[in-house]
Amino acid sequence: MFAYLVKRLFQAAAVMFVISLISFAIQDNLGDPLRELVGMSVSEETRDELREELGLNDSFIVQYMRFAGKALHGDLGTSYFFKEPALDVILKKLPATLELVLGASVIIIGLSIPLGVYTAIRPNSILSKAIMGISIIGISIPVFLTAILMIFLFAVDLRWLPSYGRGDTVHLFGSWATNFGSWDGLRHIIMPSIALASIMLPLFIRLIRSEMMETLQSEYVRYAWAKGLSPWRIWFVHALKNTLLPVITVGGVQIGTMVAYTILTETVFQWPGMGFMFLEAVNRVDTPLIVAYLIVVGFIFVVTNTIVDLIYGLVNPTVKLARMGA
Amino acid sequence: MSSFVAQAQQSRWARIKGSNLVYDFMHNPVAIVSFIIFATIVIATMFSPLIAPFDPYDPTQYDIMDSELPPSWELAGDSKFLLGTDAQGRDLWSAILYGTRVSILIGICAVALQAFLGISIGLIAGYIGGRVDSLLMRLADIQLSFSTLMVAIIFLAVTQAMFGTEAFNRYALYMLIGVIGIAEWPQYARTVRATVLAEKKKEYVDAARALGFGPLRIMLRHILPNSISPIFVISTVQVANAIISEASLSFLGLGMPVSQPSLGSLISSGFDYIFSGSWWITAIPGIVLVVLVLVINLLGDWLRDVLNPKLYKG
Repeated sequence: MFAYLVKRLFQAAAVMFVISLISFAIQDNLGDPLRELVGMSVSEETRDELREELGLNDSFIVQYMRFAGKALHGDLGTSYFFKEPALDVILKKLPATLELVLGASVIIIGLSIPLGVYTAIRPNSILSKAIMGISIIGISIPVFLTAILMIFLFAVDLRWLPSYGRGDTVHLFGSWATNFGSWDGLRHIIMPSIALASIMLPLFIRLIRSEMMETLQSEYVRYAWAKGLSPWRIWFVHALKNTLLPVITVGGVQIGTMVAYTILTETVFQWPGMGFMFLEAVNRVDTPLIVAYLIVVGFIFVVTNTIVDLIYGLVNPTVKLARMGA
Repeated sequence: MSSFVAQAQQSRWARIKGSNLVYDFMHNPVAIVSFIIFATIVIATMFSPLIAPFDPYDPTQYDIMDSELPPSWELAGDSKFLLGTDAQGRDLWSAILYGTRVSILIGICAVALQAFLGISIGLIAGYIGGRVDSLLMRLADIQLSFSTLMVAIIFLAVTQAMFGTEAFNRYALYMLIGVIGIAEWPQYARTVRATVLAEKKKEYVDAARALGFGPLRIMLRHILPNSISPIFVISTVQVANAIISEASLSFLGLGMPVSQPSLGSLISSGFDYIFSGSWWITAIPGIVLVVLVLVINLLGDWLRDVLNPKLYKG
C-alpha cells in the first residue's frame, strides 16, 4: 500500500508540474506586463530598465523557477482588473462554485443510486423503461440547453424561480458566503444545481444499472438467494457494495467534466463563481487571473483524483494486490 | 460442399441483407425511426445550398428590418421566413440548415481524427508492449481524467485571448476539430490495445509472421479487423459527444462565430433575446440539436446491443 501511495503522489506531483509549466508558458506569452504596469507613455529606456528590473530578460528556466517559487508561497500575481492578489479573487469566488457542485452532487447521488438499483432489479417494468428512456434524452441535451429551458419555463414563463445570481447569502465563519442559509438563497441555487446535475445523473443511473445487473448474475449473489436472505439485504448490502466500486472510479474521472460544466452553468445563470470569473478574465485578457484559475482548478482536480484513487485502492483488495508489486 | 459454393456466389448486397445486423435493424422500430431521422437530417444539410431559401453567410441577403420575426405560423410571422428570423434579420430555417451542416462536419471530422490517433496509438502500445505500452497507457489515463470539454475550454479561451477574436474566428472550425479530435483518443486506444493483447498470442498471427509479413501488415490486416465492432460502437457515441462539445464551446463564444454559425452559436445568439419573448431563436436550433444527438445516441445504443454479446446477455 505504501509503495502505491508514493507512486500515486509522485504522479500527482508530475501532473501538477506540467500544469504549472503550461500556466507559466501562458503567462509568458499572453499580454505584456509592462504595459499593464506603466501604460504607453514611458520612454524606451525606462522600459528596458524596468524589464531588466522585473527579470523579464532572464532565461525561461530562471523565470519559471521564480514563478514556481512564488506560486508555492501562494503568490500567483495581481489581477489586472480587480487590482487584488489573483488568489484572493479566486478564493472569494470558490464558495459559490463549491456550493453549486455540492447541490448537484446531492441530487446526483440521491437519485442515481435508487433509480439505478430499481432499473437493474426490474429491467422490464414500465417505470424502468421510462427511466431509461428519459435518461437517454437527458444525455442528449447539453447542459446549457437544459439551463436555458429551465430559465424559460420557471423564470420567464411561470415566474417561480429567479433566473440569475446567488440572491441573499448568509456568511458562515466570517468569509464563506452560503446559499443554504436563507430561503432566497435556496431558491437561487435550485435551478443551477439541477442543470449541473442533469448531464451526470443519466450517466450514473446507466452505469449503476449495468454494474448492478452484472453483479446480480454473479455466483455469490445466487448463493445469498439460496441461503434465503431477504431481497433487500441482498440488493442493498451484498450487491450494491460491489456495484459502487466502478462508480467511484467513474466519479473520479467525471471531476474534470464537472469543472467544465460549472463554467457552462455559471455562464447561463450568471452565477458569481470561478467558472464565470474565468470567462470574464479571458475576455479582459486578465493574464494573472487566468493563470491562477488554471493552477487552483488543476490543484483541486489533482488532489481529488488522487484521493479517489487512494480510496479505490483501499476498498478494492484486488487493486491492492495487482498494483502493490508494480 | 455445395453450400459453400452457393454462398460464395452470393452478391455482397445479398450477404449484407442476410446478416444479423440488418435482421435486427428491420425488427427494431426505434432503430428504424432513428435512422430515418438521422439520414433525413444528413441529406437535408448536405444539400442545404439547394434547399435553403437564403444564404446565411451572405450579409447582403438579410435586412435588419426583418429582425426577430416569429415563425410563420404565429400571428406576427411572415410567410417568407418559415421558422422566423434571428436578431440580425437572418432567415432561421436557412441558418439552421447551414448550422447543422457545420455541427455534423465538426463532429465527424473530430471523431475521424480521434479514431486515427487512438487506433494508431492502441496498435503500437499493444503490439510493442513493455515500456512503450505502459508509458502510452499512463498518458491515456491522465488524458482521460482531464475531460475534453475542460481542456477545450481552456485551450480555446487562451488561444482567443492570445490572437484576438478576429484571427480566432477565421480558424475556429479547424481549431474545434483539432482540439476535440486530440482530446479523446484514449477511448479508441484502450479498446484497440485490449484487442491486440488478446489476439497477438493466437496462432493465426504466428502463421502470418511465419509467412514473413511485416508488423504493419499484421497489425492492420490481421489484428485490427477484430476490433471493428467496438470501434463502430464507440464512434457513434463519440460523434454525439463531439457535437455536444462543439455546441457547448460555441455557446460560450469559444467556437464558431455568429457570421458562420453552428447550432451552438445560433442558440447562444438567441439566448440574449429569450427574456424579451423571442423564444424561437433559441428553441428551434435547440430542438434540432437535441434530436440530432438523440437519434445518434439511440443508434449507438442499438449497435452496442447488437454487436456486443456480453452486454446482450445482461
